[in-house]
Amino acid sequence: MKAIFRIFPLTLLCLAYFFAPRVSAQDWVHTGTNLGNERIRLAAADFKPVGADPETAPLKATFDSTLYNDLQNAGIFDMVSKSLAPQAMPGSPQEFVATQWSALPANSAMVAFGALSATNGRLVVYGWLTDARTAGSAPVLASQYNEAASQEMARTIAHRFADEIIYRLGGAINGIAETKIYFVSNRTGSKEIWVMDYDGQNQHAVTHLGSISISPRISPDNSRIAFASLGSEGWSIRMYSLDLGRLVGFTAGSAGGSNLSPAWTADGSKIAFSSARGGHPDIWVSDVSGSNAHPVTSFGSDVSPVWNPRTSNQLAFVSGRTGEPQIYIMDKDGANVQRMTDGGYAISPSWSPNGSLLAFAWNRKYGPGDPGGYDIYIMDIASKKWLQATHEAGINDFPSWSPDERHIVFQRQVGHRTQIWTMLSDGTNQQQLTFSGDNMMPNWSWK
Amino acid sequence: MLVLCVDRSGILATLADSMNYHFWGAEIQKAANGRHAAAIKRPGCAQHHYHLFLRRRILLKTQKAAFSVAVLLVALTAVSGCKKKTAPLPPAEQAPAASVPAPTAQLSATPTVISAGDQVQLSWKTTNASTVSIDGIGDVPTVGVKTVTPTETITYHLIARGDGGTADATASVTVNSPPAISVPSTGMNEQQDFDAHVQPIFFDYDNYDIRTDAQSVLAKNADYLNAHPNLKVVIGGYCDERGSDEYNLVLGQNRATAAKTALVTAGIAADRIRVISYGKEKPFCSESTEECWQLNRRDGFAIDK
Repeated sequence: MKAIFRIFPLTLLCLAYFFAPRVSAQDWVHTGTNLGNERIRLAAADFKPVGADPETAPLKATFDSTLYNDLQNAGIFDMVSKSLAPQAMPGSPQEFVATQWSALPANSAMVAFGALSATNGRLVVYGWLTDARTAGSAPVLASQYNEAASQEMARTIAHRFADEIIYRLGGAINGIAETKIYFVSNRTGSKEIWVMDYDGQNQHAVTHLGSISISPRISPDNSRIAFASLGSEGWSIRMYSLDLGRLVGFTAGSAGGSNLSPAWTADGSKIAFSSARGGHPDIWVSDVSGSNAHPVTSFGSDVSPVWNPRTSNQLAFVSGRTGEPQIYIMDKDGANVQRMTDGGYAISPSWSPNGSLLAFAWNRKYGPGDPGGYDIYIMDIASKKWLQATHEAGINDFPSWSPDERHIVFQRQVGHRTQIWTMLSDGTNQQQLTFSGDNMMPNWSWK
Repeated sequence: MLVLCVDRSGILATLADSMNYHFWGAEIQKAANGRHAAAIKRPGCAQHHYHLFLRRRILLKTQKAAFSVAVLLVALTAVSGCKKKTAPLPPAEQAPAASVPAPTAQLSATPTVISAGDQVQLSWKTTNASTVSIDGIGDVPTVGVKTVTPTETITYHLIARGDGGTADATASVTVNSPPAISVPSTGMNEQQDFDAHVQPIFFDYDNYDIRTDAQSVLAKNADYLNAHPNLKVVIGGYCDERGSDEYNLVLGQNRATAAKTALVTAGIAADRIRVISYGKEKPFCSESTEECWQLNRRDGFAIDK
């Protein structure tokens, strides 16, 4: 026993040493917004079909699966799987029997249910959200939707109802079910700008330029896409108006033949981009009108700027000024440049909506002979502490935050194929969204 | 999860600790895999433990346990250390010359059948060669590509010479009947002449410095442009497939600009030269091999029309 007491202080010392914060040793640590809380056990009942219109059944099928997937994707619910849920389809609060849903095996705390009918070309949906563990309690949420009867609107209504539930139960943070993801695809034979719903549905091309178009960035009001495109005079920043359905001018974006990686301020008034018009690639900023273009860096290997979306007073960017590319941040006038990564090959920053986190791609042991396994990392800007979100699966790049900050979309290359994936910001719930051709450089819409 | 403190005398203290698994996951996993010695050296721990050892206060039981772990550790270190040992030296009686590896050479032409006036891409790679030449073209870099415009069926013959001997490779191109339009008396038009004299340069990994072998190529390119003052040129900067699309476009821009700067220094007017970065968007070859990556890390030169 004596010996144990003598060893004890030493043991403490060694323990303290190992517990001392060592940022570089973090691995497989999980964290994220609202992800540490216990998740609410939620059931989504199949909606009750009302009326005999033959359109109802296929619309109901789309609605039911979209609602369930949206709630599942939200990342804040412990969803009751359909196989454990009761068969009942309560079409109103009067038909809802709480004990059916709170009992095992469903064991739900909350239940979403309602009724759906297609009549005379209109799709009418009534939806409720109710506490299943307090018998007789009034619905937390009651919503009604009336839209043209179509598959697209069945999906849209499900998205809206899901977002209402997510807003109500998820800390008043808007859901993302109606957001879009812009990306690059080579499916038509050339790299064009494409768009899809946040869950991978409705993929279609936006541009048809027949050249090489990359780095799409959607404006905060969803009206325009800025991107880089190769022409006979080199690379220019181009602007596609989604309202007009055609390219519109951006005069600041073509000088010098090497203009890359545009980025919008949160108010949509300014564009930052990389340009070599001054002789080497620097970060430039101009008004969205094209006037007032000016450089903010002067080191010569700078690209991939992104604004702090909360303040629009800072930019994060990639620079090769010391060799391999690293992530830096600076003030919008180029002052207070601060290096964020301590080595390796760090690229493609995305600034989180609340302004406190950076997501980026990092190969921490980059060098000749290294196979080049990039992963997505998330860094707290104030402390420079980071965690690794993807592990041992392909080459991961171009992370982009969802507006609710709970999700990240990114590209993953496995072999010679590159596809777009989403995950929760702690790296869990990874889902592949694209399967055809090569798809890359995703950019999540602001709302 | 077991964490070991090691001092220089090899005596160990053991700490049972599962709580720090997350922070130390990577290192402990590696340790568990036996790829690294199952120990993490910490001077602080070691020093204190060493004092303890000197005072000989450790119970015999503890010593025995520690000793057995130490034996395991030594065994693990020995096992993992074996992989890193250099290959055994060749027997002394073996002739020294035999240790110099013989050169290897590969040469290919794409396409192999053309009509007169069409272009052919020759690409070659060699190993262990100090000088490489192609009959009818002359000395060339050890790895490279070149656009040629043969006017008749031809077999290109590459010879690689090195300390270990010579190696050669051939590639044949079949040229079908010439086009109806008569070719100029020089036998070459402007484009063909340009392609025959202005060659691409190659770069090291993630770098845009002009290499020594590229300097001589650039000097010849500058000579040609000085001799043809009416020609304008566009320099394309290319990168291999590794790394970011966006950052590689910056790298390609810097590569093309580096060649432009060298040509301007050699007396070519800056307004005759335009640069475009292609990054990794237009790779010359698409295999994931060092040979292919080297071919893609280049500046290409073309007439700016």
